[in-house]
Amino acid sequence: MSKKDIDEVTGVETTGHEWDGIKELNNPLPRWWLWTMYLCIIWAIGYMIAYPSIPLINASTPGLLGQTSRGDVAIEIAAAKESQKVFRDQIAAKSLVDIRKDEKLFQFARSGGKAAFAVNCIQCHGSGAQGGAGYPNLNDDDWLWGGDLEAIYTTIQHGIRVEADDDTRTSDMPAFAGDEILEKEQIVQVAAFVGSLSKQEVDAEAAKKGAAVYEENCASCHGEKGKGNKEFGAPNLADAISLYGDKQADIIRQVSKPKHGEMPAWVSRLDDITIKQLAIYVHALGGGE
Amino acid sequence: MVTVHKEVERLDVEPVNSKEKRELFAAHVKIFPKGVTGTFRSLKWLIMGITLGIYYITPWLRWDRGPYVPDQAILLDLANRRFYFFSIEIWPQEFYYVAGLLILAGIGLFLVTSTVGRAWCGYSCPQTVWVDLFLVVERWLEGDRNARIKLDKAPWTSDKIRKRVIKHFIWILISISTGGAWIFYFADAPTLFKNFFTLQSPFVAYATVAVLTATTYIFAGFAREQICTFACPWPRIQGAMLDEHSLIVTYNAWRGEPRTLKKKEREKLGDKAGDCVDCNACVAVCPQGIDIRDGAQLECITCALCIDACNAVMDKIGKPRGLISYATMSDHAESKASTWTSFIRPRTYIYLAIFGAICLGMLVTLLMRDRLDMSVLHDRNPQFVKLSDGSIRNGYTVKILNMVTDPRSFRVSISGLKGATMKIAGSDVKASDTVKVDVDADKLKAFKVYVTVNHKALKGARSNIQFTIKDISGDETTTYNAIFDGPSK
Repeated sequence: MSKKDIDEVTGVETTGHEWDGIKELNNPLPRWWLWTMYLCIIWAIGYMIAYPSIPLINASTPGLLGQTSRGDVAIEIAAAKESQKVFRDQIAAKSLVDIRKDEKLFQFARSGGKAAFAVNCIQCHGSGAQGGAGYPNLNDDDWLWGGDLEAIYTTIQHGIRVEADDDTRTSDMPAFAGDEILEKEQIVQVAAFVGSLSKQEVDAEAAKKGAAVYEENCASCHGEKGKGNKEFGAPNLADAISLYGDKQADIIRQVSKPKHGEMPAWVSRLDDITIKQLAIYVHALGGGE
Repeated sequence: MVTVHKEVERLDVEPVNSKEKRELFAAHVKIFPKGVTGTFRSLKWLIMGITLGIYYITPWLRWDRGPYVPDQAILLDLANRRFYFFSIEIWPQEFYYVAGLLILAGIGLFLVTSTVGRAWCGYSCPQTVWVDLFLVVERWLEGDRNARIKLDKAPWTSDKIRKRVIKHFIWILISISTGGAWIFYFADAPTLFKNFFTLQSPFVAYATVAVLTATTYIFAGFAREQICTFACPWPRIQGAMLDEHSLIVTYNAWRGEPRTLKKKEREKLGDKAGDCVDCNACVAVCPQGIDIRDGAQLECITCALCIDACNAVMDKIGKPRGLISYATMSDHAESKASTWTSFIRPRTYIYLAIFGAICLGMLVTLLMRDRLDMSVLHDRNPQFVKLSDGSIRNGYTVKILNMVTDPRSFRVSISGLKGATMKIAGSDVKASDTVKVDVDADKLKAFKVYVTVNHKALKGARSNIQFTIKDISGDETTTYNAIFDGPSK
C-alpha cells in the first residue's frame, strides 16, 4: 500500500499524481452532482425512446414521437403555403394590372416570380435575365412580342413557335438566300442599309441601293423605318439592340438564312398563378411597358 | 507484534475498502446562517432593496418617444431588432455599443475586484441577493439558526408541515415573479402582462418564465452556496484578479491569536491571549459555511457578515472592533489594520483610466453618431443593361436608414456622371437626377433605382457615381460612392 500524501495547507489527501509540482486534491464530489448525472442518463434513455436514435441498416429507430427532420420541413412548408394563400387567392382573382398596383401583392408576386424564374427560365435567359446571343435580354426596353403585362403573360403562356400550341406566337422570316429570293449582292446592300438604320458606319453607296431592296422585301414586316412590328415578332432594326449580332456579317447571315428562336409554352407546365407571377417579375426587371 | 490474548495476536492489516476510504461523494450539509445586525448587514439590505427594485420596476418605466415607437424606457425589442434605453435607441448595426458595455462591465469587474475584492459576489450578485431574500422568508417563518436546526431535525408534525408549506409557497411566488419580470424587458410590459395571464403570449414567454422560476427556486432555495462553490467560475477567476493589495474579509490573526475561551483567567495566569474568544459567532452567521479564521478561501464571497458578528462580540468584551475586517494580505502580513488607501496602487489607476477612456469614448460616439445612413448595392447580375437607344442602365438597391423617431422625406440625387438620370423602379415619375423618398419613423427603406447614362458619357467600363441623400426639412446629408458599369471600350 502506498503512503497517503496529505496536502499541508488543506489537510486533504491528494490523488498521488503530480504534474510539475502541482498535485490534485482528492476532495469528494458533491453527491447532488452524481444525481445530476443519473438524471441525465435517465433523460437520455427517454430521449432515445422518444426520438430517432439507434442507427439500423436503412434508417434509424423511428422513436415514439415519430419526429423526422423531413417531416418538420414538410410542416413548415405547409405552414408557409397556408400563410401565402391570401396572396395566391388574390393573384388568381385579380388582373395583372391590378396586381401591379397593389404594392404588397406586387412584392409577393415578384418574389414568387423570381423563384419560378430561377427554376424554369434561367437555362436560356440567364440567372440575371440578361439573355445571350439568340436569347433575349429581358432587362432592356426592347421587346419582340410586346413588353406590357398582358403581352408578356401571353408569351409565357403559349411560348414562341410551339407547334402543339394553337395560340403560340409564331412568324417566319424567309431565307432570302436559301430560297433564292435575293441575289447575293442585294443581300449585302440590304445589310448595309439595315446597319445604317441603327446609325452604324456602313458603305453609303451600298446602303443607298439596299434601301430599295428593303422597301420591297422587308418593310412589310419590319416597317418602313425599320421600327419592327410586335404583331409578327419582327425585331426593331433601328435600335441599338440586336439579338443575333449587329455586325455586317451577322446581318448578312440572318438575312440569308434566319435563325428563329423558340420558347416553350408554359401553360401546360405551370399553374396560372405562377405564370402571372413570372409575368409580373419579368415586367418589373426594368424594361416593362 | 501485539498479543491481545494468549492465543491470539493482532494482525497488522488495514481494511482496503473501509467506509472512510470509500467516500467518493459528499452529502450536502445544510447551512443555517444566523441572523446578524451591523454596518455591513445594513449596507446589504440597502443594496438588496436597490437591485431588486431596479430588476422588478425597470420594465414598467415609460419614456415618451412619440407615436411611432414604443414608450418603454428600457426595451430589448428582439422582434424588431431595436434596443431602447431611455433617450438612446440602438440599431443592430450599432451593436458595438453593447460590446462597449460588456467591455465596460469586464473592466469594471477588474477594477472592483482588484481593489475591494469580491464585492460583486458579496453584495450584488443575483445569487447572493435572492438567497438573502429567501433567507428572510425562512427566518421569518421558522426562526433563527437554532430554531431552524431544531425544526429541521423535528419529526413531521402538523406545525412543521404548515411552516414548510407556507415557506415553499412564498419561495415559489418570489420565483415566479422573478422569472416573470425578466420577460417584460423584451416586450411592452403592460401588454405582455395582460396577454400573459389571458394565455395569449407566445410559448417562449411561458418557457422563459418556467425555466427562470425553476432556477430561482432551486438555486436560492436549495443549492445556495453550492452554486458559488461548485458552479460559478468567478471564485476561480478571482485568483487571477486579486493580489496582496486587494481588500478581502480577513481575520486579523496577529491580533486574535492565540484564541482562547477563558481569556481573563489565562491573562491572570500571565499567559498570552489573543482577542479572539473563540465564540464561533463568525462561523454561525456565515452563509457559505466556512470559518474565516482559516484565512482567505475560495468559498468566501466577502459578504462581511462575520465582520458584523465579530464587532458585536468585541463591543461586548470591551475590545476594539475590527478583529475581523476588510484588510489586504500585505497589511495582514505586516500585522496592521488596512486603511481606505491600502488598496490604491498603480493597477487601480490603470483600470480606472481604461474604464474612464471607454466611458468617454462611448459617450462621444453616442453624441456624434449619425441618425441617417445609406447604403447602395449595385446589381451584380446583370451589371449593366444596354437599352434600345444605346444608353446604358445600371440598377442599384438603395437602403435609407431613418434612425429618428419621426418620419422624414429625403431627396436622393446622383452626381459625378454627366447626363445621368435616375428613376425608382416601377415609379411613374419622369427620370431625372433626383428623386424624393419618404421613409417611415425609425425604419429602413429599401428601393430599387435605375440610373441611365448615354454611352458616350462613359469613359470606360467603370465610372464613379455618387449618391447623396438630404433630409428635406433638415440639413442632414449622407453621400455614398458607387460604381457605374458599362461595356468596355
